[in-house]
Formats: sequence, C-alpha cells, structure tokens
Amino acid sequence: MLKIDDLRVNYGGIEAVKGIDFEVPEGKIVTLIGANGAGKSTILRTIAGLVKPATGRIRLQAEDITALSPDRIVSKGITLVPEGRHVFPDLTVLENLKIGAYLRTDSLDHDLEWVYSLFPRLKERSWQAAGTLSGGEQQMLAVGRALMSRPKLMMMDEPSLGLAPLVVKDIFSIIKKINDQGVTILLIEQNANMALHTADLAYVLETGRITLSGTGEELLRNEAVKKAYLG
Amino acid sequence: MQYALSIFLSGISLGGQYALIAIGYTLVYGILRLINFAHGDVFMVAGLFLVYLSTWFPLWAALPLMLLFTVALGFAIERAAYKPLRSAPRMSVMISAIGVSYLLQNLATYITGGLPKSYPELPLLSNNVTIGGVSTKWVTIVTPFLVLVLVLALQQLINHTKVGMAMRAVAKDFETSQLMGIKINSVISMTFIIGSFLAGVGSMLYFTNYPSIVPLSGALPGLRAFVAAVFGGIGSVPGAVVGAFIIGMSESVIKGSPFSIFSDAFTFALLIVILVVKPTGLFGEKVTDKV
Ligand SMILES: Nc1ncnc2c1ncn2[C@@H]1O[C@H](COP(=O)(O)OP(=O)(O)OP(=O)(O)O)[C@@H](O)[C@H]1O
Ligand SMILES: [Mg+2]
Repeated sequence: MLKIDDLRVNYGGIEAVKGIDFEVPEGKIVTLIGANGAGKSTILRTIAGLVKPATGRIRLQAEDITALSPDRIVSKGITLVPEGRHVFPDLTVLENLKIGAYLRTDSLDHDLEWVYSLFPRLKERSWQAAGTLSGGEQQMLAVGRALMSRPKLMMMDEPSLGLAPLVVKDIFSIIKKINDQGVTILLIEQNANMALHTADLAYVLETGRITLSGTGEELLRNEAVKKAYLG
Repeated sequence: MQYALSIFLSGISLGGQYALIAIGYTLVYGILRLINFAHGDVFMVAGLFLVYLSTWFPLWAALPLMLLFTVALGFAIERAAYKPLRSAPRMSVMISAIGVSYLLQNLATYITGGLPKSYPELPLLSNNVTIGGVSTKWVTIVTPFLVLVLVLALQQLINHTKVGMAMRAVAKDFETSQLMGIKINSVISMTFIIGSFLAGVGSMLYFTNYPSIVPLSGALPGLRAFVAAVFGGIGSVPGAVVGAFIIGMSESVIKGSPFSIFSDAFTFALLIVILVVKPTGLFGEKVTDKV
C-alpha cells in the first residue's frame, strides 16, 4: 500500500534518515523500532508532508505522494497521531474529534459513534476541554481524532509513551481492533516487546538506516534484537 | 447631567471605534504572535480609499468598494511581507511590519501630496441629532450598536463554525493543525481579512467625526487600539473589546476635564500599570507562547 524508496532526510547539514526502503502492505500492522534519535519520527513526519525529503520516493498505491502538502496527504487517506499526542487543549473533546474530520464534508455521526464505541470514556467527556484530560485519555483522543479523517493508513508515533502498563495494554488492543476494521497501521515504538507482539511486519532502524526486518515473531526471536531492545 | 451624558456618549463611541481596530491587532497576534504595526496605517488607508472612491462613485458603491479594497490590502500585506518570513525569527517579521507601516504612510504622503483630504459626509452618520439635550452626530449613537452586532457575529464565527474552529486550532499549534488537513496559510489570510474588514468599518465611523484625514491619521488611533488590545489581554477578542471601551471612556473623561492635554499620557500610564500588575491583561491566556 505504502512504498518508500531510498528516502533521505536532512536537517540543516545533519542527515537524520540515510536512504531507507520499506513497505507497508495493505491491511497489516507494521512497526518501526529503534533507539532515541534513530530517525523514526522523522520518517513519519516526512510521509505526512511536514518535512521535505532530500531524495527518495513515497508512493501510496502506486501514486507518487512525495512532497505533497500535509492537507493533500490527509485527503489521500494518510493520518498521523503525533508524538506527544498534541490534542488541542482549549477545544472540547468533541471539537477535537470534529477537527480531525476537517477535510470531510459528509455526515460525521457514524464515525463519532465508532470512535465513542472504541473509547467510551471520550463520550462521557465530550464537553470537557481536552487539556483537562489525563495523559491516557489524551492519547485516546489523539487516536480518535485521527480516525475521524477515515484514514486508509494510520501512522502512530509512540502511542504508549508515558502511559501506565495497563493503559498501554488497552491502547494496543484498540490498535488491533482498528486494524481489524480495515485500517492499515504504521506504528513506531520504543516499547519493542509490545510492538513486536502486535505487528505483522517489523523493521529495526539504527541511526537513519534499516538494519533488520522480518515478521514480529522473527524479530522477537532474533538475538541482536533481544539484546538491544528487549532487555 | 447633560455634560456627563455627552462625555459618556463620546466615550462609548470612541471605545467602539477603537474596538474595531483592536480586534485586528488581537486576532493577528493570537495566530502569528505578531504585533502588526501596519494595522493602524491600513485603517488610515481605508479612510483615504473612501476619500478617493467617493469622488468617482456614489456612496452606495464607494462604501462597499472601500471595504473590499481594505480587505484586499490586508490580505496582500500578509502575503507579501509576512508569509515569506513564516519560519524566520519573530523579530524579523516585526521589522517587516514596521517597514510596511512606513511604506503605507509614505505612499499616502506621495499620493495626497501631504495635504489634508476632506472626508466625505456620510448620509445619516454625519447628520446631527439631539438626545437628552446633548447635540451630537448620529455616528455616536450608531457606533456602539454596530460594534455590538459585529463583535457578536465574530464571536459566533470563532466559536461555532468550522473556520472558527480552525482559527482556534492554528492559534495553538501550526503543525498539528496541518496534520488535520488545515491549510494554515488560508486560515492566517482569513484573520487578516477579518481584521482589515473591521478596520475599514472602524475608519468609516472614526473619520466621520473629523473634517479631514492626513497620512499620520492612523498612528494615534492605531496606538490607542493597540494599548486597548494589550490592556484586555492580547489574543483575546472579548478582551480587546472591553479594553477598547475602557480606553475610549477614559480618554473622553480626561478630554472633558482641565487635564485634557494629558489624555494620551494617561492611556500609556494605564498600559504600564497593567503590564506591571497583570502582564497578561484582563482576559489574557496564562501561557502565551507556543513551542
Ligand atoms: N527539527 C529538527 N532540526 C534538527 N534536527 C532534528 C530535528 N528533528 C529531529 N532532528 C534530529 O534528527 C535525528 C532523528 O530524530 P527523530 O526525532 O526522527 O528520532 P526518533 O527516532 O523519533 O527519536 P525518539 O525515539 O527520541 O523520538 C536526531 O538526531 C534529531 O536530533
Ligand atoms: Mg520520535
């Protein structure tokens, strides 16, 4: 569904992503794992159109979407749940969900029901300012907001960051559920154990290069991965 | 009693006119964290637009054309002078704004030859009326009501429409707004369009009280409106409106007293006091800077 060829991204003179190739097959959960500063967020931000790559091609179902503006990319069905959630603190929960559907002009009722059924907590709090939600609730809202654009591909940047283990479990089971409903997932995680158990396909990223790939199970058994990421 | 009424009337009318300018400062600050120094000059140019347009067209056509030109000017200034500096340090954009301000003043001097241009008489607004024994122009009575209607419409737009929601989102976080599919440049243009439109309406109300207009005519009302916006808490629309009425009313009271010469000194003293006591203004947000 999504195919990345020879992607390089520079910040000033520093090369953060050094020529990577990978693929996200339709209907799967794909994860990128790697240490701090490996370039994971940069890759997702480049796909989302926030950062322009130096070279390389990003294709969505054979269509070249490299360097399109972020709004065009959203309209193609790709959405990003950003690192650190970034809900709009002054907007209510409901407004945050509605703004996720900003480019849509059709009725939102059905999708609101869908998001509320995934996250009943959000329904109870729909009139509350998003800034007053707990960290876990904000993460749920960030995911719900992304779903409101009715994405084909949802990218998630460290959704488990700073959350209690029980909440992390919840988030991952929701990711599975969303994937079961036909949304392809590209997931970045530091929590490699959880990510590899959930993913169909996984890539290991080290300082801007992909060094390993395989199914989640293969990488869970890999000695190097065990040593570096599974402790 | 009559005296008090006349002070009150001119106070709320001035306040209303400042409010229409102050909203432009506050909206732009809210989104770009930029003090748009050119805004007072856009207000002045709006006045000149009407001076010239009214010599070529009947007023019923000249007024809407003036608003259209003013909006186009605000839009063009943002596209030409601020948009190219979107990722530059804030100080550069500020300097660009000062440059635009001087450019507009100099252009106005060039076109008018530096001579005062007499402002056209507007039907109804320029007519005299006597209420409670006080003789004044209709514009004094109309201003507060017109401002009220415009401010309510603006609040409705900001709080209950999709565009308004996008404006609030962009004001908080450019990048996440882009991830929602919002074109931030369109939203920023929109705030300049609204601000210039209100400044255009304000210029019509304000200059009707004066016989003529010169290239520096925008400077003082612009500055007072800016003080009003800071006073109310820059970034907040209700704050700008309340601040403007307070500034307008105190100006009117002082101008009616033996200390009238100190009216601007008082306005700025008020600004200093509020900045010391409550730096975020009456209605300001607690955390103003975004990361
Ligand atoms: N805006 C920026 N300007 C300059 N350098 C940047 C910028 N953003 C990221 N970098 C650099 O690019 C490299 C990759 O950063 P990136 O955020 O993609 O890493 P990451 O894998 O997401 O790390 P983490 O797990 O800590 O989130 C880092 O060395 C970082 O310092
Ligand atoms: Mg990251």
